[in-house]
Amino acid sequence: MSARGLAVNAALALLAALTLFPLAWMVAASLMAPGEASTFPPPLLPHAATLANYRELFATAGIGRQIVNSALVSACATVLSLLFNLIAGYAFAKLRFAGRDATFRTLLGALVIPGQVAMMPLFLMLKQMGLVNTYAGALVPWLASVFGIFLVRQYALSIPEELLEAARIDGAGELRIFTTIVLPLLKPIVVTLAVLTFLGAWNDFMWPLIVLTDRELQTLPVALAGLSREHVQDTELMMAGSVVTVLPVLVLFLVLQRHYMQGLLMGSVKG
Amino acid sequence: MKRSHAGWIFVAPALAAIAVFFVVPVVGALAMSFTDFDIYALADLRNLRFVGFDNYVNLLQTPLFWQALLNTLYFVLVGVPLSIVASLGAALLLHSRLTRFKAFYRTALFAPVVTTLVAVAVVWRYLLHARYGLLNYALGAFGIAPIDWLGDPHWAMPAIILLSVWKNFGYNMIILLAALQAVPTELYEAARIDGANAWRQLRDVTLPALAPVLLMVSILTMAGHFQLFAEPYVMTQGGPAQRTITVLYLMYEEGFKWWSLGSASSVAFILFVLMFAVTLLQLRLARDTEAA
Repeated sequence: MSARGLAVNAALALLAALTLFPLAWMVAASLMAPGEASTFPPPLLPHAATLANYRELFATAGIGRQIVNSALVSACATVLSLLFNLIAGYAFAKLRFAGRDATFRTLLGALVIPGQVAMMPLFLMLKQMGLVNTYAGALVPWLASVFGIFLVRQYALSIPEELLEAARIDGAGELRIFTTIVLPLLKPIVVTLAVLTFLGAWNDFMWPLIVLTDRELQTLPVALAGLSREHVQDTELMMAGSVVTVLPVLVLFLVLQRHYMQGLLMGSVKG
Repeated sequence: MKRSHAGWIFVAPALAAIAVFFVVPVVGALAMSFTDFDIYALADLRNLRFVGFDNYVNLLQTPLFWQALLNTLYFVLVGVPLSIVASLGAALLLHSRLTRFKAFYRTALFAPVVTTLVAVAVVWRYLLHARYGLLNYALGAFGIAPIDWLGDPHWAMPAIILLSVWKNFGYNMIILLAALQAVPTELYEAARIDGANAWRQLRDVTLPALAPVLLMVSILTMAGHFQLFAEPYVMTQGGPAQRTITVLYLMYEEGFKWWSLGSASSVAFILFVLMFAVTLLQLRLARDTEAA
């Protein structure tokens, strides 16, 4: 390898090591004995690895409940988002109806409005409907999204028109065409949208923080933020909590990486 | 079912959801920002009064609002360029034909993007600890005295920027990498024949070719940075000396801690207008430099 090649590879190795270090340290510290991380010099690895922090996390802090909440909210958000966005994205791409393009342009225009603007009235609306402090309240923002519709539409544009026409000549209704012909063709974008939504819902913080005040109903990030305020000194316990929060999404990403990256690149060409 | 009807029927559920849970609340927020909606109105709507622009006027006279605005602009103006430079550097390294194990490095550098912000903010709070944090320990090896990252008003925002760059650079890295791969190789060959070295090639070929993508990336990254909230919520609670209070943090506290929902709505709209103005400014600047 040339000197230049060596330099490039060394720089990347260093960058990757620095990038992964905080995550590696999080795992190492979560296995340390209570108090061990707060010694000088700061240890990189546990003296004797222990699962005590995880046991305390589940037994005393009851984090199992929040894991279930997070999994439930993220899974429901994913299903709902697929139900609403797939059929709408397909219609915007392939069905002709009056006002279609103007409606789609208006939707894209709405992307400039930051979602937080809606939060105060949305909270009041949900309070009226009795949905504050319920899973349903946390799910409302995930029903349909402009981004999701856009993503599906971009993909559905590539479906050959002849395929749909042939089915119409055979007398198939539009809904049947969607479920039997279009949906199987959309499978890659279904996976992409599902991964993006699941990860987005799992990692979401501000809205669940506002709408889920009851600890029994909170998702992991909200519960973790609360715990970290109460347990400032318990480094090792908090690291165990962080591992439990991060690990599921990290594994999911590693398994479905290709689909995630595809969604990222498709979403970024909207400019 | 006729095709023209089918179209509307298919998009109707999504449009209805967006209308009810987004459009109506946004319009509602604009209306609320002209009222004194507070905890008394929350208990009984008859206590609600129209106050015109009072919320906006009051905010502009509140030092904490200006501090929040200043902090947010600091985070945007310093954090966005740093983040994009890091993304571009990483993308160039990954794109180099000398690089081995590209797939592994790409995944490793991207990993922080998919992690949960709240969780990694908790991790970084300990890494940044003045006494037991590994960052200060590492800096100590270079003879740098310990910095009280999250306790010193001058260092708290730089510390949050550090976390944010680490967490986010992988996202733009992937987009820039895709753009790099689309640059025609003939351009580089021509530059080499003209005797351009690596630096000249970057300046005269790569950066001009990436310009449209860099513009888009900077607009999206700025929009994200204007919405800073979770990091200060978890790491500093807006402190020390209110140096990490951001516009969204202020909105959250006004709205959901003090229940001044009218005032919080006006904060949200100021943020919206600000983001919109900055985006337009960027587009204008880009067009002017292109024309020049």
